[in-house]
Amino acid sequence: MSTKEWPLWEVFIRSKQGLNHKHVGSLRAADSTMALDNARDVYTRRSEGISIWVVESNYVHANDPADADAYFEPSDTKIFRHPTFYEVHEGIKHM
Amino acid sequence: MKVLETTDLEQKFQDKIDREVKIEPNDWMPDAYRKTLIRQMSQHAHSEIVGMLPEANWITRAPNLRRKAVLLAKVQDEAGHGLYLYSATETLGADREATIDDLHSGKAKYSSIFNYPALSWADIGAIGWLVDGAAIMNQVALCRCSYGPYARAMVKICKEESFHQRQGYESLTKLAQGTPEQKELAQDALNRFWWPSLMMFGPNDDESPNSAQSMKWKIKRLSNDDLRQNFIDATVPQAELIGLKVPDENLKWNEETGHYDFTPINWDEFWQVVNGNGPCNKQRVDARRKAKEEGMWVREAALAFAEKRKKKQTA
Repeated sequence: MSTKEWPLWEVFIRSKQGLNHKHVGSLRAADSTMALDNARDVYTRRSEGISIWVVESNYVHANDPADADAYFEPSDTKIFRHPTFYEVHEGIKHM
Repeated sequence: MKVLETTDLEQKFQDKIDREVKIEPNDWMPDAYRKTLIRQMSQHAHSEIVGMLPEANWITRAPNLRRKAVLLAKVQDEAGHGLYLYSATETLGADREATIDDLHSGKAKYSSIFNYPALSWADIGAIGWLVDGAAIMNQVALCRCSYGPYARAMVKICKEESFHQRQGYESLTKLAQGTPEQKELAQDALNRFWWPSLMMFGPNDDESPNSAQSMKWKIKRLSNDDLRQNFIDATVPQAELIGLKVPDENLKWNEETGHYDFTPINWDEFWQVVNGNGPCNKQRVDARRKAKEEGMWVREAALAFAEKRKKKQTA
């Protein structure tokens, strides 16, 4: 059986105005129009969205999860980036 | 950088599982974990797709427009569920078309319940109530599966599927409260679907050799027998409420255990059906194979059209 597959697309949906698009899954489609139509039929059958983005999966780049600890380490060691690091005298308001 | 031995990696992996940290697609995982998931998830996807066949057969014969619209929506959901699951399986590096070809060659299985025919309209009610009911019982447990994409697909599927069970029970209730002939149809559907529904949870725990590993990996959270017992405990009162009799002479509430006792399952029938000798095995796989083969030109034409248009745009 021929197995020439349609490209894979990642689907992002905005559930309502004011919220960001969120990844919901993927699907296969021959082109972007079909990917959008299929995404509507597959991922928004119950009013889950008002806007859809589809991106060919080939174009998504990601960090290597095996190196995630080292990769994100700089952010874990800088606790002074959080307000709770600082001492605030009692009685100080609005800070 | 220190090179990690496989045993170190396996230990780290199991630690993550034990701490309830989900596994995501590109994370390191043991080959056997990946293989188990690919097999389970693709067979789950096949079940959704093959499950459309007995029901789709009744769409044009639904007794009224409301039932027809509901059945159409349900069958459309099943297609969507198959797709979520095929997509989730692909995140493990599985080739989607290869998994589908495995279904067509008989190498991959699907839920054996779909090898039984839907003989009357009442069967559509029984399928929604019992088959989807059993599937939900199983899938609610899978929502906490250790593999992220599978767990997320399950959450969405469970949300959608609760209407499947309700519409089936509602439909069967109407029949059970109708004319004597209608009530007989409802009872007959329950008689035929009860035991196959119980078999959906798979072999008894002591006959299920892979269960222990799946539990350790938290792919599986509850054992086959526990899920089956939960289903029986939940379903028997629902049957009684609409005046239908569960076809098991030994079914009895056990005060001590707080569960229903029931007759041991006829596993001979189960294995016969799993191994290809059920009433509809050939018909189901033939229908799927035909759909792929006869629909292939559409896929090829769509791809050719997309490529042609891309060329035009870049020219």
